[in-house]
Amino acid sequence: MAELYTVSDLHLSLPDMTRKPLLGAAPRLEILKGLSFTIPSGEILGIVGGSGSGKSTLGRALIRLLEPTAGSISFAGLDITHLPESRLRPLRCRFQMIFQDPMSSLNPRQQVAQIIAGPLGVQGLDHSPARIADALDQVGLPRSFAQRYPHELSGGQRQRIGIARAIALKPEFILADEIVSGLDVSSQAQILNLLAGLVKDLGMTLAFISHDLSVIRRLCTRVLVLQHGRIVENAATEQVFNYPQAEYTRELLGSIPLPDPDQAWL
Amino acid sequence: MVDITPRSLSTFQLQLRRFAQNRLAMISVALLALIAASCFFGPFAFPFTGEDADFDFIGAPIDLASPHPFGTDDFGRDLLLRVLEGGRISLAIGFLGAITAGFIGVLYGAVAGYAGGRTDRLMMRMVEILYGFPYVILVILLSLLFGGGNVALFAAIVFTLWLTPAVIVRAQAQSLSKREFVEAARAGGMTPWQIVLEHIVPNCASVVIVYGSLLVPEVILSESFLSFLGIGIKEPQASWGNLIQTGTAAMDTDLRLLLLPGILLALVLFCLNFIADGLRDAFDPNDR
Ligand SMILES: Nc1ncnc2c1ncn2[C@@H]1O[C@H](COP(=O)(O)OP(=O)(O)OP(=O)(O)O)[C@@H](O)[C@H]1O
Ligand SMILES: [Mg+2]
Repeated sequence: MAELYTVSDLHLSLPDMTRKPLLGAAPRLEILKGLSFTIPSGEILGIVGGSGSGKSTLGRALIRLLEPTAGSISFAGLDITHLPESRLRPLRCRFQMIFQDPMSSLNPRQQVAQIIAGPLGVQGLDHSPARIADALDQVGLPRSFAQRYPHELSGGQRQRIGIARAIALKPEFILADEIVSGLDVSSQAQILNLLAGLVKDLGMTLAFISHDLSVIRRLCTRVLVLQHGRIVENAATEQVFNYPQAEYTRELLGSIPLPDPDQAWL
Repeated sequence: MVDITPRSLSTFQLQLRRFAQNRLAMISVALLALIAASCFFGPFAFPFTGEDADFDFIGAPIDLASPHPFGTDDFGRDLLLRVLEGGRISLAIGFLGAITAGFIGVLYGAVAGYAGGRTDRLMMRMVEILYGFPYVILVILLSLLFGGGNVALFAAIVFTLWLTPAVIVRAQAQSLSKREFVEAARAGGMTPWQIVLEHIVPNCASVVIVYGSLLVPEVILSESFLSFLGIGIKEPQASWGNLIQTGTAAMDTDLRLLLLPGILLALVLFCLNFIADGLRDAFDPNDR
């Protein structure tokens, strides 16, 4: 398998506005402290770690919503580390993101059709009503939803719209940042099934950020464990769950009751 | 079962519907429309203009049978007609001024709030400086610049009144730009301008509408204030401001000259305040 992402010695720091002196620059807060890993295409990579460990920051750096301070990220052989926004724009349809909060991730003033059509139009792709209907089909929503507004949808339905918006661009890579944490258990299972199915059908590569280790175990082929902005473990899922190497991973595993992994919902 | 609720009402439509259920606000809308229509079309019904002096009727009192039902002023000009013509100017400046000031303020605030960082600090510093600028001195400078008259007045009004909407919208834009749909737009490759126009501004609509409805009376008042000071609209052209000024001067002998324009201005301000109130109730989510 070819590598889709190659990340080496990735550093990312943000200005800490809470400690900004009256004059001069704010001190930098180091969030990612030298990460190196690869994501082969077709893989489903799980990213776990405690709250504040830098998972979301890493994810946003991968799809270049944030710019790294040092190190490099290459996507499909292209160095995108410091690419300016104008050169990133045509690439953006190749890596997409699904967001955590289905309420905040959809513009409340737009109808579903406009929400899905937005990025398609910007990328110069087909955004006809037929295309929108297709996208709704793919995520298992009735076509009549095209005319609805976000406040007329349930949390699970909104999350499906978020998925539809991302996959309509036919990206090679999708980042899913805690996409089910706001949903009830049965919607969680449905959304995860849907996503897993789509990833398989469309041959996409997925990075899946989650707190829920049981979900990671069922969904992912490989797991990256982050602690304080560093990778403490990066191995195949079974390896991580059965023979955790890092002390921190053992702690994480110990703190979460794991249901029977063979329970069939996937 | 038949589903009679119409599908897919946007929040905007729902808010408008809520507004339409506010009786006081709807009465105000009707009354305001009536006053505006009389001011804009009423003068055409007169065989003379508000600047024509009728020497047979100088300072004539109210007499519904005469050609001048509400009498004339000291120059023999028809009072009712002058009040209507004055209303035309005052209302036009009020609405145009509010729309222009609102438009500039919204764009400025949305750009500053979305851009953040240094751009935002710079843009907002400038607003603070303009806020601190003495109003009357600014007006005098502008009337020197534009040679007085309506343009200077309009510029002065817009110049000072766009600041507050800019500050309000900037705060809203700041919180909106942290919402995930803005990130999604960025991830989809939208340019900052597209994001500001398609995602930030439409979501400021509620604050803008509520604040804009408060802006109109403010503009009308400041037009009246400036004309009252003699900086604004000049004789012989009438505006509610300068009519009230003349009326105040003659208050001791003839209250009529003050009452007619004064009552109309007060009515318009009341209507606009009730409308603003209704809009706030309908649009401001903080109250719900
Ligand atoms: N804009 C920012 N400015 C300064 N610090 C930030 C900013 N965004 C995040 N941080 C800090 O970076 C660290 C990592 O944040 P991040 O959101 O990546 O964590 P996370 O692993 O996704 O956590 P969670 O599981 O709670 O979502 C945190 O300590 C956070 O306080
Ligand atoms: Mg996070």
